[in-house]
Amino acid sequence: MTLSGTAPGGTASGGSASGGTAFDPATASGYTDHPERMGFFTDTSICIGCKACEVACKEWNAVPEDGLDFTGMSYDNTKSLSADTWRHVAFIEQPRPLGHQEPGLGMDFRWLMASDVCKHCTHAACLDVCPTGSLFRTEYGTVVVQDDVCNGCGYCVPACPYGVIGKRESTGVAAKCTLCYDRLGVGQEPACAKSCPTDSIQFGELTELRERAARRLEQARAAGLDSARLYGHDPDDGVGGTGAFFLLLDEPEVYGLPPDPVVTTRDLPSMWRRAGAAAVVLLAGIAVATWGSRT
Amino acid sequence: MNKHRTKGRRPAGRPAAGDGTPSRTDVRMDEDPGLPAEREATVGSAGGRARHAGQPGGRQGGQPGGQPGGRAAGSPGEPEAESRSYYGLPVLNEPTWKDHDIAGYLFLGGLAGASSILAAAADLTGRPHLARAGKAGALCALGGSLYALIHDLGRPARFLNMLRVFKVTSPMSVGTWILSAYGPQAGLAAATAVTGRFPRLGRAASAGAGLAGAAVATYTAVLVSDTAVPFWHDGHRELPLLFAGSAMASAGGLGMFAAPVAEAGPARNAALLGTALEVAAAQRMERRLGVVAEPLRQGKGRLARLGEGLSVAGALLGATAGRRSRAAAVAAGAALLAGSACTRFGIFHAGLTSARDPRYTVEPQRARLERDRRA
Repeated sequence: MTLSGTAPGGTASGGSASGGTAFDPATASGYTDHPERMGFFTDTSICIGCKACEVACKEWNAVPEDGLDFTGMSYDNTKSLSADTWRHVAFIEQPRPLGHQEPGLGMDFRWLMASDVCKHCTHAACLDVCPTGSLFRTEYGTVVVQDDVCNGCGYCVPACPYGVIGKRESTGVAAKCTLCYDRLGVGQEPACAKSCPTDSIQFGELTELRERAARRLEQARAAGLDSARLYGHDPDDGVGGTGAFFLLLDEPEVYGLPPDPVVTTRDLPSMWRRAGAAAVVLLAGIAVATWGSRT
Repeated sequence: MNKHRTKGRRPAGRPAAGDGTPSRTDVRMDEDPGLPAEREATVGSAGGRARHAGQPGGRQGGQPGGQPGGRAAGSPGEPEAESRSYYGLPVLNEPTWKDHDIAGYLFLGGLAGASSILAAAADLTGRPHLARAGKAGALCALGGSLYALIHDLGRPARFLNMLRVFKVTSPMSVGTWILSAYGPQAGLAAATAVTGRFPRLGRAASAGAGLAGAAVATYTAVLVSDTAVPFWHDGHRELPLLFAGSAMASAGGLGMFAAPVAEAGPARNAALLGTALEVAAAQRMERRLGVVAEPLRQGKGRLARLGEGLSVAGALLGATAGRRSRAAAVAAGAALLAGSACTRFGIFHAGLTSARDPRYTVEPQRARLERDRRA
């Protein structure tokens, strides 16, 4: 593999909370006096798949309709996150038991539901590669697109290791979850968290959410949910930990999440070095071709 | 205290719902003494299951990925044996870039940059026809590049927004500034060469365009590699050399195509050298990437192989019959140009394919986790 470093994966299931002196993206972006880093802890073990978050998000943010497709694969007709889907509820049926629960079907059965969202990475590739400065880091440590600056180059779309951000057809510019930047500014929690009837989506200060998630993981394990694990909580993972992290009941890829995402710009210094070397080879090669030619 | 109302931090006893009773759905109000004890229940903790059967090897993540590879991922005894996915849907969002714009630009940018270098070298060694062909060709390719880049924007009228910032973390931003430095010099070099006026200025511009051209022809490898697209990203070690070779070969092709045989010696050599570089880099990349290079053998990714073939044929034809026959030189040049274009389109499409199939995202990451776990 081409990647250097030995970042432990995003699936590490230990409950280590952040150390308090962890890298703070808002401080690193030049904010001096800023609020605590805010984020989401999505506890998928209590998600009931109601999609209230999807609806609340669309309504609050005026996100346009993006096709009323029937997928036929599950109750999920939303499929994935995109420019016009900022919350996506995944549905997975498995012939496995859920803890000690008896489904009463004569077979083991469990239903996994999870509401996915932009991860608001500590090291955000979309923000790094944006050539206009349209994507920026807010004082809350979140990542937001300024749609009046974006020129729709689309670079952020393949840069995102989670497949979150997209280019909106109707406007031609990039769009994604803002963690309800407008609501945060007036002391409100994001629309999805507000609407979640089971509090599967929890909004708050990231340090506190990480502690809460660690407790929740212990509780879930004690209750027989052996497969429970945290995803994105680890500040040492490939994206420096995410502002929106999850408690999952199976491997991340089952939910359509990458098992060990790495911010692509981690390898950028090596890429520039190699491109520089290639440029020298190109100059030298043509020099040899020219001065070595007898005609 | 933060001004945001975060769930679970409401003062105890404060009504969460409008009816004055604590909400029975707010499972996060852990410490609220007003809540009945059963609210502490965890999903799956209750129920009639007397036995707790060992975890069966159930591993159905929706359906397996688009093409279940059946590759061993775990050690013996572990249930995981093939990559799993969410109904075979991609993990990544597919690039919105259009192939005729961006793959076209990868080709044209390489052609422009390397042609400027060849033209500068021809200038310095007294080959005016080859120099003029290179400079005019570079300007045309640059024009095509700029058109493609602006055309691909969602909001073309805002293309100048690229000049708001300079960010080394964004190869597109760096590329914008490289093109801004290269463009005027390439234009000046071409204009002075074609009109024959201001020869001293023309020589300076030609040398400047040659130097900047090396950056134009190679930064595009970083442009595509600096993404999460598995094939492009994982190929970041070899892509710069591959692109440099492909650019050199196309510039040689253009020189053979447009300059008289007597002056085209450097073009023939550049075509040979560039093709050799391109083929060597491509083979090394394919070997190293393993599974992730599979898209090169699928769909439009196969254009890369065709491009390689055309380049080799063009370079060999140019180095043999192209030394004497103008017609052979033109044919060789055309093959080299087509070959370089095919290579870029193939690499572009292989990237798209690798983004579309979750296997190429999940499997390498799983393998990495597995290695880290063992280490």
